[in-house]
Amino acid sequence: MAGTTKNTNNSAVSAKKPPRESFSRHIRKYWMWYSMMLIPLVYYIVFRYIPMAGNIIAFRHYRAGSSIFGDEWSGLKYFKQFVRDSNFWRAFRNTLLLNFEYLIISFPITIAFALLLNEIKNTKFKKVVQTISYLPHFISMVIVAGMVREILSTSGPINSFITSMGGSAIQFISLPQWFPTIFVVTGVWQGLGWNTILYLAAMAGISPDMYEAADLDGASKFQQCIYITLPSILPTIATLLILNIGQLCGSGAFEKVFLLYQPTTYETADIIATYVYRMGLGSGNYSYATAVGLFQGLINLTLLTVANKVSKKVAGTGLY
Amino acid sequence: MAKTHNGSAIKVSRGYRIFTVCNTILMIVICAVMLYPFLYLIAQSFSSYDAIVAGKVGLLPVDFSVDTYIYVITNGVFIPDYINTIVYSITGTVLALFFSALLAYPMSKSELWGNKFVGPFIIFTMYFGGGMIPNYLLMINLGLQDTVAAFLLPSLISTYYVILMRSFFETVPKELEEAGEMDGLNKYGVFFRIALPLSKPIIATMVLFYLVMYWNDWFNAFLYLDTQSKWPVAYYLRNLISTASSSTSQDAGETIAIAANIKSCAMVLTAAPIICVYPFIQKYFVQGMMLGGVKG
Repeated sequence: MAGTTKNTNNSAVSAKKPPRESFSRHIRKYWMWYSMMLIPLVYYIVFRYIPMAGNIIAFRHYRAGSSIFGDEWSGLKYFKQFVRDSNFWRAFRNTLLLNFEYLIISFPITIAFALLLNEIKNTKFKKVVQTISYLPHFISMVIVAGMVREILSTSGPINSFITSMGGSAIQFISLPQWFPTIFVVTGVWQGLGWNTILYLAAMAGISPDMYEAADLDGASKFQQCIYITLPSILPTIATLLILNIGQLCGSGAFEKVFLLYQPTTYETADIIATYVYRMGLGSGNYSYATAVGLFQGLINLTLLTVANKVSKKVAGTGLY
Repeated sequence: MAKTHNGSAIKVSRGYRIFTVCNTILMIVICAVMLYPFLYLIAQSFSSYDAIVAGKVGLLPVDFSVDTYIYVITNGVFIPDYINTIVYSITGTVLALFFSALLAYPMSKSELWGNKFVGPFIIFTMYFGGGMIPNYLLMINLGLQDTVAAFLLPSLISTYYVILMRSFFETVPKELEEAGEMDGLNKYGVFFRIALPLSKPIIATMVLFYLVMYWNDWFNAFLYLDTQSKWPVAYYLRNLISTASSSTSQDAGETIAIAANIKSCAMVLTAAPIICVYPFIQKYFVQGMMLGGVKG
């Protein structure tokens, strides 16, 4: 998530500084290092950059069996088509809404959890809590979706509780009004522990002297938390918040939505990525679906670039 | 003076003690919530179908039996798919780790001019990509439909992991590498004999991340693998779980409701290896994640 800034800028600067050796000498000296990168770079060209170029079929007619770059130009035909499609706008709205709701709820909870976890002084207990809270992060989305379906099924524990209280069972999975809740709750469950890692790392870097000094000054633990811990992790908070905002239009939720939604919940559940899947691989409208995907990709690119710039400015660290 | 200070210290610590108790209770509750779905699945997997349908199963199995496990293990599909997953995960992880390290290591060398281009070249793919359809069409055009390669290749090198590895390789002491070159090792020798052995924490982290990624992946199988004998178990599970789906996918016919105890059992067996392995690598991956995050 929050990455290093030790990146291209730095290496570009340091690469310029040393006395210029001649190109052929540089190659002779370092060719082995370049040869190490060769296969991975070919991989990037074939499996990352060719599909990127493949977005061109958004502007071309694609027929079954034609090359991945399509047959003949179609101009903006497919873009004009989806802009007039209410299903596209529904997916667009749901993408933003679901991502936003998850962010607004999970973000403060994660910080609170990290702060509380930091107050646990028994290292053994703390480690156990961490280990357990990381667990859901490693579980396949298929299993998470399976759990959700089991727990929310009509004979599951939640409905058993509702019926035992005299209510009638709710078909959570097939009701559109429940989808955002399911989405956010499972997201928090799965990400809570994992997302504290960077905060805990930042907290581990706070000098114990500061707390000792505060103790001597008679500051309560609560005051120490507010005036020492919180300001110390503020750069991390700012970076993560900005980077998360940069991903608001992203497809990170594709697998989860795909495994949990159904036609009756499309109203609140269908996101751009699942819409692209159904239009493209489901119904074979490859060019149309690519146009939608490209539209999302460009918004994403813009948001991420801006977020990265802002993050570097505000917190001094950005994405990678 | 001393008295008041003492008094306030006691007062503070008393309030803090209450807080600590509440905090500890809260942490236990959070752990319980984290574990509950797993315990529920385990309870279901050992319970009878009738007890589950009647809503009687809570945290403990009702009508305890291992029949479901015997059924799932002997049904002739689960175990072959499980073996596929083991084979794919190990193959994929070895290849992914190897090529990621080969890319990340030279990228960590600031004296390499080429990094001026390589860095932005690979990082750009995190900002923008081909999207689902172009990626799919590429695999089809490469003739990889229904091959294991189509399952392994799309996620072979993860840019984010390459960046993490690069950050780690930057911390490998230069002096040791230079000493290796003095002893007559070439750059590959230094990489394999000096840099890699010094990078155990990041390698352990990457093994876990890639292993989990391949172990959990079902979508590439869903897109590319038609033959059931090639499926990984996660895809088999996906088909078990998404009953009554009206999607136009290859498995549209599968609308039969599958008993909850069978689903639970298959999920427990699929999640078990990961649950058993990751606590032992925790020390490393926390370190690895911090490296990516704190630097900068």
